Amino acid sequence: MNKQYKQIGDEVWKNRVEKINAELFTLTYGSVVAQLVKDYEDYQEVNKQLEKMGYNIGVRLIEDFLARASLGRCADFRETAEVISKIGFKIFLNITPTVTNWSSNNKEFSLIFEENPLAEFVELPDDGAADELWYSNILCGVLRGSLEMVQMQVEANFISDVLRGDDQTEMRVKLVKYLEEEVPAGED
Amino acid sequence: MIYSLYIINKAGGLIYQKDFAEGLNKLTSNEYLVLAGTFHGVHAITSKISPVRNATSSGLEVLEADSFKLHCYQTLTGTKFLIIAEPTHGNIDLLLRRTYDIYSDYVMKNPFYTPEMPIKSELFDLNLAKLIKQVGS
Repeated sequence: MNKQYKQIGDEVWKNRVEKINAELFTLTYGSVVAQLVKDYEDYQEVNKQLEKMGYNIGVRLIEDFLARASLGRCADFRETAEVISKIGFKIFLNITPTVTNWSSNNKEFSLIFEENPLAEFVELPDDGAADELWYSNILCGVLRGSLEMVQMQVEANFISDVLRGDDQTEMRVKLVKYLEEEVPAGED
Repeated sequence: MIYSLYIINKAGGLIYQKDFAEGLNKLTSNEYLVLAGTFHGVHAITSKISPVRNATSSGLEVLEADSFKLHCYQTLTGTKFLIIAEPTHGNIDLLLRRTYDIYSDYVMKNPFYTPEMPIKSELFDLNLAKLIKQVGS
């Protein structure tokens, strides 16, 4: 199963995705975060805004993902996690974060990011950002938005970030519930 | 020959309707809305009446009449794409997928488009017309 996902992810990334310059992407995201910091002057608020922006991206991104990857519905949340890591992140960021730390009820998992294209060349300023700002918080919103469109309500948040001086960058994803009343007819 | 395309949102509302052939019967815009809503309801019913135990049914996929054939593709996000074509036209499934590609590009990636609302996008119309011309011959 896992090998299959990796293959699908690689194939879609190689053939069906248009590529752009990575520096341009990193700089664009960096200038968004910097501007938000200047505008809001409160790191918690910046985190919130990044997550909201990510949500808006996620609700649109899911259609692109479904159209390109032509996958059916995942059988369970474990499969969802594998698809997110090996196909989703692969297609859009060319990275495959590791899925680990499953909770006992299989409703929570962690994504460990070995590399993070958003945060290349970034150093957080000394004024308390390292305690409050989650630089890549947009990714949490993207996951929340896209999963909501396929009838899963999740909460995603970073619990550690190398930019803050931690050992690794880790995002925790928690399934709150399946949105049963919105499942398209025939999919339940 | 492809006659028309309908796009129906999650709630059953018609968000896009286009005819691609000349001389087709035209309905009023209200009639189109009723048609879409009715189809949405029928599709929901058809997915529940499958007699096969323990199998999820996809709901209505093809509707055949002597003068046309209607194909329906429902995405995992609940959006339905309906294509009405000549009964003898093959390969509509491919056309439905390509339409979904164009939708995910020119409709969803437009930051000024609100999801689930009627689609008013020139780029979408243009690329759709190109696709239909390519496939419809």
